[in-house]
Amino acid sequence: MRLLFAFIAGGLFGAGLFVSGMTDTSKVQGWLDVFGDWDPTLAFVMGGAIIPMAIAWRLVPGRKPLVGGDFPEPQEPRVSRNLVLGSTMFGAGWGLAGLCPGPAIASLSYGGVWHWVFAAAMLAGMALTPMLRVRLDRMVPAE
Amino acid sequence: MEQDWIWGLVGGLLIGTGGAVYLLANGRIMGASGIIGGLVDGTGRSTAAERVVFLAGVILLPILLYPLYGHVDTHVSTNPLVIVAAGLLVGAGTRLANGCTSGHGVCGISRFSLRGIVATVFYILAGGLTVVFFRHLLGVI
Repeated sequence: MRLLFAFIAGGLFGAGLFVSGMTDTSKVQGWLDVFGDWDPTLAFVMGGAIIPMAIAWRLVPGRKPLVGGDFPEPQEPRVSRNLVLGSTMFGAGWGLAGLCPGPAIASLSYGGVWHWVFAAAMLAGMALTPMLRVRLDRMVPAE
Repeated sequence: MEQDWIWGLVGGLLIGTGGAVYLLANGRIMGASGIIGGLVDGTGRSTAAERVVFLAGVILLPILLYPLYGHVDTHVSTNPLVIVAAGLLVGAGTRLANGCTSGHGVCGISRFSLRGIVATVFYILAGGLTVVFFRHLLGVI
């Protein structure tokens, strides 16, 4: 059941990314480019996605996940160096290519070779991150 | 096109519904970078099978929908330097920050998570500055 629901969730995610146009890098960059011909689509995607998610979060307290186990622990509201640095790096890459991890995967079947190159570089970046964390901690202690 | 925002909203609702299913059924946060990254470095609570099946759904649905569209141009850059640098930054950045547009953005903001909101502010600012700099000043994207 866990796998079936994971597949359904992934399918909805992939379908949503596809029909919203979020695998079109020009729409993402068009939203970020406030000095160009501004494209508002991404704001509608974000807003549309937050609505069902906000309802889902309200259903969490006092319940258990359908397939068993536990819901994620409530987060510590702590803004760390890695959160800010990582998000800034991510944003720079997102702006450069107009792709974030979800659309990068959703577009693999039709985006062409440069989407595969991007995905390979993204995986390499992910693989290098544990080493990057250690180096950062050595350079500037986190706390 | 004029209807782009409607399809954006429809797609957004589908994305959010996917996130709601993943949370309420499996008890997991639907963050693309976390789901992919866990396969790369073996961290996190989900099993590899759960991640692979999720990603299979993400890839499969666009394959099924594609024929309805005929052709989809993603307008992706063909500059190898831009693509590789962007991929490395997105991969390392999202893992360092523990989330991307789906995890911090969609799933974080919808639970009023301070971390999600701060992350979203920083990646949007960085993305905006990057596009303005590389498009309007350097003209490479």
